[in-house]
Amino acid sequence: MSWEVVIGLEIHVQLNTVSKLFSGSKLSTGAEPNTQASLVDLGMPGTLPVVNKEAVRKAALFGLAINADICRHSVFERKNYFYPDLPKGYQTTQLAEPIVGAGEVEIQLENGEKKTVRIHHAHLEEDAGKSLHEDFHGMTGIDLNRAGTPLIEVVTEPDMSNAEEAVAFARKLHAIVTSIGICDGDMSQGNMRFDVNVSIRKPGEPLGTRTETKNLNSFRFMERAIKLEVERQIDVLEDGGEIVQETRLYNGDTHTARSMRSKEDANDYRYFPCPDLLPVAITDADLEALKAAMPELPNARKARFMDDYQLSEYDADLLSGSIATATFFEGAAKAGGDAKLAANWVMGELAARLNAEDKDISDSPVSAEQLGQLIARLKDGTISSKIAKQVFEACWAGEGDPDTIIEAKGLKQMSDSGELEKIVDDIIANNAPQVEDYRNSDDAKKKKKIGFFVGQAMKATQGKANPQQLNQLLREKLQ
Amino acid sequence: MAIDSKVVAQVAHLARLKVDEADSAALSDRLNDILAMVDQLQQADVTDVAPMAHPLDVTQPLREDEVSEPNVRDKALDIAPAAEDGCFLVPRVIE
Repeated sequence: MSWEVVIGLEIHVQLNTVSKLFSGSKLSTGAEPNTQASLVDLGMPGTLPVVNKEAVRKAALFGLAINADICRHSVFERKNYFYPDLPKGYQTTQLAEPIVGAGEVEIQLENGEKKTVRIHHAHLEEDAGKSLHEDFHGMTGIDLNRAGTPLIEVVTEPDMSNAEEAVAFARKLHAIVTSIGICDGDMSQGNMRFDVNVSIRKPGEPLGTRTETKNLNSFRFMERAIKLEVERQIDVLEDGGEIVQETRLYNGDTHTARSMRSKEDANDYRYFPCPDLLPVAITDADLEALKAAMPELPNARKARFMDDYQLSEYDADLLSGSIATATFFEGAAKAGGDAKLAANWVMGELAARLNAEDKDISDSPVSAEQLGQLIARLKDGTISSKIAKQVFEACWAGEGDPDTIIEAKGLKQMSDSGELEKIVDDIIANNAPQVEDYRNSDDAKKKKKIGFFVGQAMKATQGKANPQQLNQLLREKLQ
Repeated sequence: MAIDSKVVAQVAHLARLKVDEADSAALSDRLNDILAMVDQLQQADVTDVAPMAHPLDVTQPLREDEVSEPNVRDKALDIAPAAEDGCFLVPRVIE
């Protein structure tokens, strides 16, 4: 009998506020170590936290986006543990009264079916600093710039039953938080970090012992780490062993995982309500204002793409999956005046090129407006699709707008039929044996043999002849 | 629950407090007294009382999302036992 896999996720989503959760320190990556750590972030005696309004607003907006109840009086608590990158000796977080209660997220599975993943809750908390183990000759360096960064931790129910579902959920969550503008969604900067809880059981049996693999920062690593852990648990159980509840670390470079040193008291955090902070109130008026300001959510955007642009569900799903892709597509469709062409280019040529260079669409060297211009020239017959690819490459290489490139390189399709006719006449005159051969062939062979003349004409015009026009001319002249 | 020397040692360890064995029994007694008081409090009928997270019936004032804190790195590193390249230095920690 096969094993059933049970997966739950905890996702840390970094909120894109200007300042920290409890202090007016600047929030940004890449600053010199400890230059963005104020007295509050350093845990200096006598300092008091003051809650960032925007962080609360963004957390509540997320709650509304997943149809969750918003807690009207959410409470901050202290999670007590000692670690050098946690200067206060506790993390200010939420436990009993988190700001976002139970909600749900719908995901689309590869077989086209939909599944609902229940969200247990989401709470506001501060991030810790960073411990740097390299370059400090046997010591550990501590950078507290990240300490106090606002996060929401989203906790799911164990509703996912394989790695693919977990990734589909993670991608959907990424689409939601970037669509509503509460997170920049840059995985390489740790804007979203995933902890995966995995257990296995025989169907119908109670839940097995779970392990937690922490701090996965890419969809790919998450998928691979889950598969690895499932295999490990099956091996252990089928060899008659037992799963130990533990925290594991996955190394994406070596595709291995190991147990973190786990002490028995590691989970005794002795939470209590933070006496420095009062309950955070959210009023009816606050909620109404948030609802009124709710940006378009991924599901609504997908439906709109299908309606407005007549895209297939598959195309609409791909293009609406991230706010950056959706915005790019709509920009290109508008500028180019053809949504279907824009969809094909964004998912085809552009996606392939971005993939090859491991670039995000927001860093695309070809802008949406430029792609739109290219599509417009393709649509109005100025260039053929073959030339369009050449123009795209030039545009990617930074040689300017498509119009500039078409002009500078003389790539306009030949529209003057007189000029083309002369070229065709020359080809026929200079290739008497082939013409003879063509004329003696049956219709099926003629279709093949005309290719020779098309090739010659394209060569003579450097690919600028309009293919339909050329074919028609050749057929007439070769009669 | 009753607190004995073992629990005292455990709690002291979690809080990184050094407790002498000799003080352990007296500490257990005092902690048990506190728990007894809490037990007494728990007998109060609170059926119609909403749970509260803070003794004051006020809510948290929020601040605007603005940068207001200066860079205090030099002062902070000055009072640290060890620092290098802008980082605080601590004994090596490896998970």
